[in-house]
Amino acid sequence: MGVGYPECVSFVQGFAKAVAANREFLTQLDAEIGDADHGINMDRGMRAVIPKVEALTDQDISGLFRTVAMALISTVGGASGPLYGTVFLQLSSSLKGKSEIELSDWAEAVLAAVTAVRARGKAEPGDKTMVDALLPAAEALRAAADEGVTLAEGLARATAAAHQGMEATIPLLARRGRASYLGERSQGHQDPGATSSWLLMQTAEAAFAKGN
Amino acid sequence: MKKLINRPEDVVREELEGIAAAHSDRVKVSLDPYYVMRKDAPVQGKVAVVSGGGSGHEPMHGGFVGRGMLDAACPGEVFTSPTPDQILAATKAVSGGAGVLHIVKNYTGDILNFEMAADLAKEDGIQVEAVVTNDDVAVQDSLYTAGRRGVGVTVLAEKICGAAAEAGRPLGEVAELCRKVNANGRSMGMALTSCTVPAAGKPTFELGEDEMEIGIGIHGEPGRERRKLATADEIVEVLASTIVDDLPFKSNDRVLAFVNGMGGTPLIELYVVYRALDRFLKGRGIAIERNLVGSYITSLEMAGTSITLLRLDDELVRLWDAPVNTPGLRWGV
Repeated sequence: MGVGYPECVSFVQGFAKAVAANREFLTQLDAEIGDADHGINMDRGMRAVIPKVEALTDQDISGLFRTVAMALISTVGGASGPLYGTVFLQLSSSLKGKSEIELSDWAEAVLAAVTAVRARGKAEPGDKTMVDALLPAAEALRAAADEGVTLAEGLARATAAAHQGMEATIPLLARRGRASYLGERSQGHQDPGATSSWLLMQTAEAAFAKGN
Repeated sequence: MKKLINRPEDVVREELEGIAAAHSDRVKVSLDPYYVMRKDAPVQGKVAVVSGGGSGHEPMHGGFVGRGMLDAACPGEVFTSPTPDQILAATKAVSGGAGVLHIVKNYTGDILNFEMAADLAKEDGIQVEAVVTNDDVAVQDSLYTAGRRGVGVTVLAEKICGAAAEAGRPLGEVAELCRKVNANGRSMGMALTSCTVPAAGKPTFELGEDEMEIGIGIHGEPGRERRKLATADEIVEVLASTIVDDLPFKSNDRVLAFVNGMGGTPLIELYVVYRALDRFLKGRGIAIERNLVGSYITSLEMAGTSITLLRLDDELVRLWDAPVNTPGLRWGV
């Protein structure tokens, strides 16, 4: 059984709630190695997303993700705006024409998203960025799809992989973004972008695995 | 947090409303999306110069909009880059058919948002060239970081490119001039105190009573090292020698010396800094031909200073001296 439009809407709403609930936490992580605004900016962006999503009438998954992307790009600013905008733009183009998403579709879409984020942000795995949570999640999804496990199982593995990737950023030396100016002082801190990306995977699991 | 604000989320909008109220003789302000533009824009046949970045660095960039400098400035939230739709709207509003130069400070967010905006503007048939400023010598390991940050040179590039655009020079030349200013300019800053982003409510970093951060970034990014507070003369020695050795500036070079306040440092201290810089450069045989002393690229209420040196030639001197009429810089008019 695949994921339909209503589940995609609850994924977006769930991400907005998760970002709001973790606003201070994300901002605190960013204060340690960046400029203390990640939670604030993502929360402002996702708050702007919700009314736009609720106003949609045509039940199109691709259109939904495109709407999220455009709202984030125009409200978040910083690096997170274009980068999360890129994530949702790729989800949108990858899922074009689909009214139901299977595990393999989602795996392909997340992989396309992380590829585009790497291209735009010029970040490699291990640079201590959101890529470190998203890439393992995408790879776990693809492996799960290849194995033919259930959707719920595949999503759970993606969340676990994102979580592991996020925690693995703690000892890393930041090589991209503002944290990179800290050099060795960036070590010992969890990357805020990897953390919000883990939240993204976690809310996808919560919304998509429901009833599947 | 003690600030002269109403609500943290209203600071940028209310600042823009204040700018509109104060400077309507020279600028127009758009509140949706946010940008400040020259009152007479678009100037037909003239290259438009557009910059932008997070708010909290005033007067940069909005205070530099006007004849002889920027055609438009796009302010983001405090310390957060502006968004592509905003930059696109400003670019379209000031485009006079001769192309638009984007002057972008080297920060990941600014680069990404300006790149997206330039892509969109090109789709709309507007010729855009982007030049990135990255003059902060405090960033040593630029291969393994996001690279040197754009700081004080940005102000000088905006003035000089604005003058060249005003003189009718084509886009390619104005962009080349911007690259030349960036290539010949170097900066480094230091902080005595932290700053507080209104939405965050608490200081960005902690600095002890007897400590200073050498090589601070304009968003409170850490610099090269934290050390015990020293005298103004000693601090200038550290900043100026690092800058001079980096380019390097040599004996008989002609320079523009820019002593900048970070927002919380009074002019009396900036002149103490300038005095030390003047002596330091004389000692190295470097001639100060032009100077700028004041708070032009700030970091909210941070106390501290940054020094920028720009190697001059006759062309740069002429463009620096050309008339400018903006809320933040004004001469020759």
